[in-house]
Amino acid sequence: MLLKQIIIDSTVEILRRSATKLPKPVMDAMVEIKNTTNDEGALLQIQNIVDDAFLAMEESKPMCQDTGIISFTIEVGDHFPFKSELKDILKEATIQATTDIPLRPNVVDFFNGNSGNNIDSRGFLPYFYIDLIPGNDVKITAMTKGGGSSNVSKLGMLKPGLGLKGALQFVIETVAEAGPSGCPPYRVGVGIGGGEDICMTLAKKSLLKPIGYRNTDHKIAELEEALMKACNELPIGPMGVGAGKTVIDVNINLAGRHPASLPVGVVLSCWALRHSSVKITAEGDVEFTEY
Amino acid sequence: MAIYRLNLPLSKDEVKSLKMGDNIYVSGNIVTARDDAHKHALELYEKGEKLPVNFKELAIYHCGPIMEKDQQEKWKVVAAGPTTSGRMELFQDNFIEKFGTSLIIGKGGMGERTTAACRKFGAIYGMYTGGAALLAANQIKEVLEVHWFDLLGMPECLWVLKVEDFGPLLVGIDSHGNNFFTLNKEKTKQSLPNAYKIIDEVLGAN
Repeated sequence: MLLKQIIIDSTVEILRRSATKLPKPVMDAMVEIKNTTNDEGALLQIQNIVDDAFLAMEESKPMCQDTGIISFTIEVGDHFPFKSELKDILKEATIQATTDIPLRPNVVDFFNGNSGNNIDSRGFLPYFYIDLIPGNDVKITAMTKGGGSSNVSKLGMLKPGLGLKGALQFVIETVAEAGPSGCPPYRVGVGIGGGEDICMTLAKKSLLKPIGYRNTDHKIAELEEALMKACNELPIGPMGVGAGKTVIDVNINLAGRHPASLPVGVVLSCWALRHSSVKITAEGDVEFTEY
Repeated sequence: MAIYRLNLPLSKDEVKSLKMGDNIYVSGNIVTARDDAHKHALELYEKGEKLPVNFKELAIYHCGPIMEKDQQEKWKVVAAGPTTSGRMELFQDNFIEKFGTSLIIGKGGMGERTTAACRKFGAIYGMYTGGAALLAANQIKEVLEVHWFDLLGMPECLWVLKVEDFGPLLVGIDSHGNNFFTLNKEKTKQSLPNAYKIIDEVLGAN
């Protein structure tokens, strides 16, 4: 098979896996909440969540109708044969996945309406995060993140005088304000530093880390644990019923900052934390990441 | 917490008897409507034009489903969980007043304006589990009608659906002025100092 076709097929497959299969560590976290919750209302909700995720896996259908604005993280090796063509190839895969899986057509234009195929007529979507890496392979990660939890994500351009304490309080406030709206239990991605765009990207990318991953800097790892504990003090719980666990994990990406700025990005994911990855070699060998 | 199984449309007495915190399962006909559908319906009403459905007879479902046509060219539901209701706060009170809808279904809760309309005109808000799109699809038995598809697109148009034991829906707003979400938001705010304390301890230790 031609390498181009292999990339298309593999990309449709990761979009399918992302939309239909809750990564196992996330599923395990949901099942654990189900097994440790006593509140009747919270139990009804978490039971529905677990049942829905199992159904999705069994029937290979999207667990949530909101399959998001599609974004791809692409790490391109120096010697991978395709470079700039990758964007068009992945757009083609997105169009195919929209009909095959199916994904909900989610790209709406103020003047042209819904494009019907998840492609932006003005060329901005799907969105590509591109990185250059050594080697012969390409690694593609698809994220099908719903809009509900994105709507409660936040950027704070804080005064540096508020310090780390202010930054962490901003994270807790964001979760408190999100309440039931973004479909908890949440996973919280935090980006601190960089700039207004960089901290948001860092926050979003931290959602791709494995559940339970702790920052290699133990000072930051400690803050992740503390934030998780702090957020779970809030009486939100599954779907905001007021009891049970609110947050399954918190990850922080800390970058350097401008002396006059303290940018803090907080990106929440709903319980349906969806992404999937594949590595394709220059020879066309395909390896999916199993979650 | 009480659990009830009810037929749609809800009677006035049923609406009145349901209390915040109850859970209900409903059977009958519902219609999906999101931001643009609310806006469009109200615009048509203001112009005195005829609407394609009678919202009074149907429960409103805040949902933008994934649908596909089967081999007989008949629409069927693939995934149909609720969308965030908060966005419809802009329109919902006016909608309830103009169309007399008595059950709003969504997720994430709604605000003071909707609560006031629920009290004044006799309506309730039921929360379905967000994201549980396949469970919802299984409880939808038939796609009865579709309107405004070409105008608004698949997620935004009106889908009239026949549902059976659709739920559980947590009664988040009842017809007596009670709003679970407002109360819990206040409780969440009050718990912030406790959460901040955990951060202070860790930062102090560093």
